[in-house]
Amino acid sequence: MSDTATTGVSQSFQLKSASVSLTALELYYFDDTEFEANLREKISQAPGFFKDIPLVISLDKYEGPDRELDFFKIIGTCRRYNIHVIGVRAATDDQRRLARSAELPVLPGGSLREAKSEAPAQQPEAAPEPSPTLAQPAPAKVITQPVRSGQQITAPEGDLVILAPVQAGAEVLAAGDIHIYGPLRGRALAGIHGTEGARIFCQSLEAELVSIAGHYKISEDLQDNGWKSAVHIQLKDDLLVVKPLEKA
Amino acid sequence: MARIIVVTSGKGGVGKTTTSASISTGLAKHGQKTVVIDFDVGLRNLDLIMNCERRVVYDFVNVIQGEATLNQALIKDKRVDGLYILPASQTREKEALTKEGVEKVINELSETFDYIVCDSPAGIEHGALMALYHADEAIVVTNPEVSSVRDSDRILGILQSKSKRAENGLEPAKEHLLLTRYNPERVDKGEMLSVQDVEEILAIPLLGVIPESQVVLNASNQGLPVILEEDSDAGQAYEDAVARLLGEEREHRFLTAQRKGFFSRMFKGA
Repeated sequence: MSDTATTGVSQSFQLKSASVSLTALELYYFDDTEFEANLREKISQAPGFFKDIPLVISLDKYEGPDRELDFFKIIGTCRRYNIHVIGVRAATDDQRRLARSAELPVLPGGSLREAKSEAPAQQPEAAPEPSPTLAQPAPAKVITQPVRSGQQITAPEGDLVILAPVQAGAEVLAAGDIHIYGPLRGRALAGIHGTEGARIFCQSLEAELVSIAGHYKISEDLQDNGWKSAVHIQLKDDLLVVKPLEKA
Repeated sequence: MARIIVVTSGKGGVGKTTTSASISTGLAKHGQKTVVIDFDVGLRNLDLIMNCERRVVYDFVNVIQGEATLNQALIKDKRVDGLYILPASQTREKEALTKEGVEKVINELSETFDYIVCDSPAGIEHGALMALYHADEAIVVTNPEVSSVRDSDRILGILQSKSKRAENGLEPAKEHLLLTRYNPERVDKGEMLSVQDVEEILAIPLLGVIPESQVVLNASNQGLPVILEEDSDAGQAYEDAVARLLGEEREHRFLTAQRKGFFSRMFKGA
């Protein structure tokens, strides 16, 4: 007998816990004009990446006075650039009040400063997670044709394997790892649902952008390390690390 | 059933119409009954290069809209047997090319011709999509420079995803790279991409390399497909490309700079 039978009401929804990877904007101080100028500059580096993204304002590193925090202005400026502020990770009570008055939800996890003193008292992290039931891993998506400029290939569940070049102006995305047996000239985004352990492998790094779980580097920042050679890219301490792929 | 070849590039001004004129003329010279269609509605150029602009009465759009029959609109070439031109309209817009209309015309031509060459307009909009939709083979005309290569890559992607063959899950269109305006001396100086560079980036087989030449411009201005300039390097390069298209194996020529040696300078003109 299912619940619906006993209550006589059918379920129109189900509540589930979900973890979503978001971009956070760590605000150091707030000045309306500087904020807009900085934002414009960031967007110009990767216009497609920022379009219509949800954004969380994180105040962990905020050094300015709370009275200068104008969430209405922040929301307005972001919206002009098609960025949607969906919440605030506030550190102090004043900041929380300000966020609420701007009708922004206050997200947990931002109370680092206050939490610090409590940290030792907390449960050690060792509490082992209940081992998940053995689910079948999603099969890798395999592409044999070149991914050409303007094309986008997504593996929404598993890994993505490409046995051909990924051309400039093309974009490949995967929930898991991305393997490219050829040059990577376009954009590769691994771990799109927030898997920080995802990696990108390619035979020649000539990418416009690489991203793992939302942490990204653009071409300009990739030039000095492993450019035009076989590499693998992984996330270490929130930083993308490029390492040569050496033959074992 | 005719073989349908689209001549395309994405980028403008790389030599699509020049190539369409020469390839279609070359195919006809090899005894293949060929029609070349100008898809560049609104900016017709092909009839100028084929020197038949004064004989245009009806055009492609007239046929699509049922205002003329194919036989009324087709122009027979005066120089080469078995070559016909279907000119574009200058007074309409590209939206006049409906999918059904183009299909009907292509099907009708398919019954009597061996080859249908579609001269695509630049860009990746409606006109270009219509030109490549029915293609069995694609000649991607590329100049040895970065932006042209990028646009060719884009059009190859569109060919793979938006052509009739792609939509019906058939074997994809056969792709050919035709490199035009190639200047080996400038390649040596590092001012141009080399054949190897372009081949490596686009990863499709090379149909031919047309050297940059004054002859091409002169021929266009005179309304002569450059393939008919049989003594010129560009004309011979197009002839080689046509032979390869028909399955013949020919070595690529005009890839290296002519070294002007002592003797050739001494006996210049002799």
